[in-house]
Amino acid sequence: MKISEKDVAYVADLAHLELTAEERVRFLRDLNSILDYVDRLNELDTSEVQPMAHVTPSGEDAATLREDILEGLRKSLPHPVALANAPDADGTFFRVPKVIER
Amino acid sequence: MDPQSLTIDATRAAIQERRTKATALAEDFYQRIENQDPLIGSYLTLTRERALAKAEEIDALAARGEKLPPLGGVPVAIKDVLVTRGVRTTAGSKILGNYVPPYDCTTVARMETAGAVVLGKLNCDEFAMGSSNENSAWRPVRNPRDMSRVPGGSSGGSAAAVAANMAVATLGSDTGGSIRQPASFCGVVGLMPTYGRVSRYGLIAFASSLDRIGPLAKTVTDAALVLRAIAGRDPMDSTSVDVPVPDYVAELEKPVRGLKLGVPKEYFGEGLDDEVRKAVEAAIQKLSKLGCEIVPISLLHTKYAIPAYYIVATAEASSNLARFDGVRYGFRASDAHSLSEMYRRTRDQGFGAEVKRRIMLGTYALSAGYYDAYYLKAQKVRTLLAQDFAAAFNQVDAIVTPTAPTAAFKLGEKVDDPLAMYLADIFTVTANLAGIPGISVPCGETKKKLPIGLQILGKHFDEGTILRVGNAVEQN
Repeated sequence: MKISEKDVAYVADLAHLELTAEERVRFLRDLNSILDYVDRLNELDTSEVQPMAHVTPSGEDAATLREDILEGLRKSLPHPVALANAPDADGTFFRVPKVIER
Repeated sequence: MDPQSLTIDATRAAIQERRTKATALAEDFYQRIENQDPLIGSYLTLTRERALAKAEEIDALAARGEKLPPLGGVPVAIKDVLVTRGVRTTAGSKILGNYVPPYDCTTVARMETAGAVVLGKLNCDEFAMGSSNENSAWRPVRNPRDMSRVPGGSSGGSAAAVAANMAVATLGSDTGGSIRQPASFCGVVGLMPTYGRVSRYGLIAFASSLDRIGPLAKTVTDAALVLRAIAGRDPMDSTSVDVPVPDYVAELEKPVRGLKLGVPKEYFGEGLDDEVRKAVEAAIQKLSKLGCEIVPISLLHTKYAIPAYYIVATAEASSNLARFDGVRYGFRASDAHSLSEMYRRTRDQGFGAEVKRRIMLGTYALSAGYYDAYYLKAQKVRTLLAQDFAAAFNQVDAIVTPTAPTAAFKLGEKVDDPLAMYLADIFTVTANLAGIPGISVPCGETKKKLPIGLQILGKHFDEGTILRVGNAVEQN
């Protein structure tokens, strides 16, 4: 077992997931089984291998660079449009439950 | 008009020559969707107003005798991971159940500029994570060829809609096989272009170093026509590359004689279904008879592709999906008393099991103390896989393999075993990891009449050659 129940709780915390008790049991099993399979990567000696940094072949990358543009490529969304999908907004801001307890 | 005969060119010609109207054709397709789709489940949202407005525009052009654009009046549909202005876009997830994007993705905008009539948005696995379409938060999709079976995934709706003539062509996305594997399962053509060939502006991101957008269609020519419409540099996507877009239709008309085709032994080993093997070998034989030189090759690191893929893909997903927090758009849990509780409950209630599993795996792989062992290791193995392909392409013009190890499996067959589900992508993830293009074309059927797909992989930006080989398989 690579991962313990404690690890599952810790990772869920990092990922902002609550997870039910059932899900914790399930993921403990699934993650261990997947990570066991992933272990076969260790059969390979990669000490001399560079990690992949660009998916496009070298030489093509330069084409994707451009000069900075002051205004941006697209105008910002108008305020009401930007807020239109918000679960809770007051017309000016997104609203969320209170952050500071007192 | 027989819907099966409606390729892109046939459709466009019928409207151009005023044998039918784009508006009437769109209504025909909506009628067929109404009749068939309750059973199949490929559509999530219909965009009738938008479709008819475009169709009227095309009819007006035809009435004035003007030349129609390349996709003029052609009924198409779009995987629901591509955002559409004013049209609900869910990515197959409850967390985006009420999301109405304020802009169009580049690929849909380009399809419409080319005259396509967008009928609606297509079902898929949640956030494109899955190989069977059973991870859709809304409903599974059934394979039109056998309703007890899955259509493949994650672009299951995109493949099923084409197979059942509920669209002439569709757009899907492919992160580990999500265009090619469902195309194979449903007996249609599916093309994943080179990384950088097609703009991803407006694609709801799953794994940014792997995601591609591409067409599913009835014929290789149709796939070429859609690719030509959507390919090319887009200033809104800095990963799209300024490489000239050739006339893909002209490319596929070139002869295949003299092409060198690599057959990698690693793709024909254990786990490959016998009927699939026979059909693929027969297709290779056919290509040999057409004058292709068949070259046995080895892609040594193939067996490390799935483990490397599931680390890279989940790590990137855990980061990309951090944006879904219930603040700016989408679903928000209503029972939270603090901000942090709101985040957790929103994500808990909004995401399905597979998405949470992958976020967990990816978060773990990136967490302090494990980065080197997992993510860095996987990115190094990825280099080895890319080097395998680079070496092979010094020897051959394209590589031919099965698209998937089996034909379509039954609904429910693999839902309880995530690893078994991941292995459905064993022959497709390699091309995503290496950035190269791939196409799946039908190459036969099993005894149970289930379609089998041949995968053709090509060099970076050499879609022309794989389309040409695919066309030869299709025409002979």
